[in-house]
Amino acid sequence: MGSAHNRPLSDPEIRVKALESLLVEKGLIDPKALDELVDTYETKVGPHNGAQVVARAWTDPEYKQRLLDDGSAAIGELGFSGMQGEDMVVVENTPEVHNLLVCTLCSCYPWPTLGLPPVWYKAAPYRSRAVSDPRGVLAEFGVNVSEDKEVRVWDSTAEVRYMVLPERPPGTESLTESELAELVTRDAMIGVALVNAPA
Amino acid sequence: MNGIHDLGGKHGVGALEVEKDEPVFHHEWEKRVFGMFFGVAPHGFFNLDEFRHAIERMGAAEYLNSTYYEHWLHAYETLLIEKGAISANEYAERCAEVAAEGQ
Repeated sequence: MGSAHNRPLSDPEIRVKALESLLVEKGLIDPKALDELVDTYETKVGPHNGAQVVARAWTDPEYKQRLLDDGSAAIGELGFSGMQGEDMVVVENTPEVHNLLVCTLCSCYPWPTLGLPPVWYKAAPYRSRAVSDPRGVLAEFGVNVSEDKEVRVWDSTAEVRYMVLPERPPGTESLTESELAELVTRDAMIGVALVNAPA
Repeated sequence: MNGIHDLGGKHGVGALEVEKDEPVFHHEWEKRVFGMFFGVAPHGFFNLDEFRHAIERMGAAEYLNSTYYEHWLHAYETLLIEKGAISANEYAERCAEVAAEGQ
């Protein structure tokens, strides 16, 4: 029976196809459930969630305090919770402190607020240098932190997941909460970008 | 465990490469690898810590020269065979069949 491929399958393609077919035969996975999970993390769960958390913190000082005191609970108030977000700690960027997140050992990342991590976050160069040369890494991302400002690097453990609360840019006083959320990028919530006011 | 995965502070592991607006998954097979975890894990063959440990047990060169979801694939192969969910033989046979169909 002809296959849709008119080329040899790559090594991972072969292994994955073989593995999935065996696991389906043995009743260990359900391909439809797999499809749904992929769809959830491809299209539904993502940094737009975290952006809402940030915008709420910027506009509601009491929420912000709750967020800093108990990240999981406050993030949960907005309906974001679940896998890889059970134990959240939110760290605040201020005029004195810039925060940067990494998982040096693997790829720990707050899925419910940021979705799945980008390739660079999970790869060796970032994981090795974020802890030893954070200012150099930030400069490569275009963020130049002045020498008199502290840079704090948070290395995720097996259980704790961090999220950066970026500084609200000046000139955004008249924006609504949802307009503010539009400004907040994934990279700002990892700490490799700042949030910019609209042009 | 002092494996290659313990990357904090290491030199010589390459330059930062950032793909702008990258997709969540770069290949169809990555989607399957991702989704598989949540189907298999509840059956009790392995937990998340064993999964990470299987990746940490990879050889250093293989670890650095393979991609993130290839690490996951390695972990499934290692654990599912070690735990007897599948046999190495049937897996090898199935891979050979799939490879032959693909061409």
